[in-house]
Amino acid sequence: MKTYTYTEKKDTRSGFGAGLAELGRTNPNVVALCADLIGSLKMNEFIDENPERFFQIGIAEANMMGIAAGLTIGGKIPFTGTFANFSTGRVYDQIRQSIAYSGKNVKICASHAGLTLGEDGATHQILEDIGLMKMLPGMVVINPCDYNQTKAATIAIADYDGPVYLRFGRPSVPIFTPADQKFEIGKAVQLTEGTDVTIVATGHLVWEALEASKVLNEAGISAEVINIHTIKPLDDKAILDSVAKTGCIVTAEEHNHLGGLGESVARVLAQHKPTPQEFVATNDTFGESGTPAQLMEKYGLNSDAIVKAVKTVIKRK
Amino acid sequence: MPNIKELNDFTTQVRRDIIRMVHKVNSGHPGGSLGCAEFFVSLYQEILETKEGFDMDGIGEDLFFLSNGHISPVYYSVLARSGYFPVEELNTFRLLNTRLQGHPTTHEGLPGIRIASGSLGQGMSVAIGAAQAKKLNNDDHLIYSLHGDGELQEGQNWEAIMYASAKKVDNLISTVDLNQQQIDGSTDDVLPMGSLKAKFEAFGWIVIDIEKGNDIEAILKGMAEAKSLTGKGKPVCVLLHTVMGNGIDFMMHTHAWHGKAPNDEQLANGLAQNPETLGDY
Repeated sequence: MKTYTYTEKKDTRSGFGAGLAELGRTNPNVVALCADLIGSLKMNEFIDENPERFFQIGIAEANMMGIAAGLTIGGKIPFTGTFANFSTGRVYDQIRQSIAYSGKNVKICASHAGLTLGEDGATHQILEDIGLMKMLPGMVVINPCDYNQTKAATIAIADYDGPVYLRFGRPSVPIFTPADQKFEIGKAVQLTEGTDVTIVATGHLVWEALEASKVLNEAGISAEVINIHTIKPLDDKAILDSVAKTGCIVTAEEHNHLGGLGESVARVLAQHKPTPQEFVATNDTFGESGTPAQLMEKYGLNSDAIVKAVKTVIKRK
Repeated sequence: MPNIKELNDFTTQVRRDIIRMVHKVNSGHPGGSLGCAEFFVSLYQEILETKEGFDMDGIGEDLFFLSNGHISPVYYSVLARSGYFPVEELNTFRLLNTRLQGHPTTHEGLPGIRIASGSLGQGMSVAIGAAQAKKLNNDDHLIYSLHGDGELQEGQNWEAIMYASAKKVDNLISTVDLNQQQIDGSTDDVLPMGSLKAKFEAFGWIVIDIEKGNDIEAILKGMAEAKSLTGKGKPVCVLLHTVMGNGIDFMMHTHAWHGKAPNDEQLANGLAQNPETLGDY
């Protein structure tokens, strides 16, 4: 079994900041907007190097989405930055009409997604954003797993013409993907080969899935772990090819089971190859205050929960 | 010098187009469309500096954004009669598979439209973004936008109004269609907004009034003044005092025709008040 190790932990939002800074140097059309959260979004480097291409909007996310749409008219590639909650639910109609329906080339970059935002609590911990965004026609939805992948994704979406929702987070997590990776939108990444169960995970849950696969391996269960960094468009083929081998699947995400990756996978399986599936996700609930680790444990979003789900799903084969 | 008679004749034809379009599909918004007919004709025939053809980026030309998208009939009529698409296409308004959707959109690729509007209160932010893109592109052309007065009840406008002055977006002329009507009644009945002039000025804009918002000469004079006030560090607001339903007597001075189509008899009456000038589609 292929194993993954890490020497450093970093937050995925810093990967976004590093990717944006690189875009500032390489793509003169990239502009950035922020609604009073520069430090939280790690946008300082871009701003220091390209002050004329940065727009501080103030605490006015609706206005930010409209301005971003307008900036595309004239050839700019706007990257908006705020928390995931304020990037989606707060501004859904602005994104729907002025960006998605209007087909504007806006990159909605959302930090502090999910429970791992931590102590600020449920007002800021959105667990519905993937669902909101994937339902918008034409919207690409990406949730990378570590610093390197978030940086690569940030750079890659500038070359894609159309609206993108890029979701990342606050906590430091292991860096285990290559620094020089080429990020392909919509292309799943198989991390381990296995024969007993498929685990597809997105975002912070990808590392947890790898940790789970080690535990499972010791118990004699061979898990195939797939990193689904792009939830829409979903890599149907990668999922179907894997379950053809394993015959069961666990999906893992830091999101409500309603509207998330698991539901997208279930749709593909129901249509093409009905397969036993277990969901590692929140169960139609809001979050609460706590440390990220405490919250992930309480809400069943860690490697232990994945191991448990695997043991359940294998029995259903 | 603009030929005012020709522009008035153009407007008369636009009024015919508006009520014929709405009548045919028994839906749409004639009241606000008629109230802004002179403004649209002035804008597209005299005011906007545009290039030949249409592209989305609009670099090197003035751009217009309609925020109160429900007045699509006047927008479509004037765009078609200004050469953006065939006038015959007005026949397809609101029909299945049309490019002339109920509210304007880029989705079907209709030339002349750069943003979808309909859900109210979003257009000023978009116009500001386009204005800031012009500055980044060192393009000294202007951004024009139009907003309903009732639409200003949407909070996003005030985010945008605050931002535009703070960031010195002085290549923007936002016009408010001040007809004092909205769906449920007069704006004073539904939600009084007090002095819009005082509000815009308090938010740091230059504000001018065009008292005769259905008089083409007054519009041209007022908009020329507005243009002369751009580039001075502040965005410019034009309060365009209009009469909803203008040009068709039984539709005037009431909110009743905001979103209602005329019947056969009412159509005939309205058309009789506005004889054909450029030729019906």
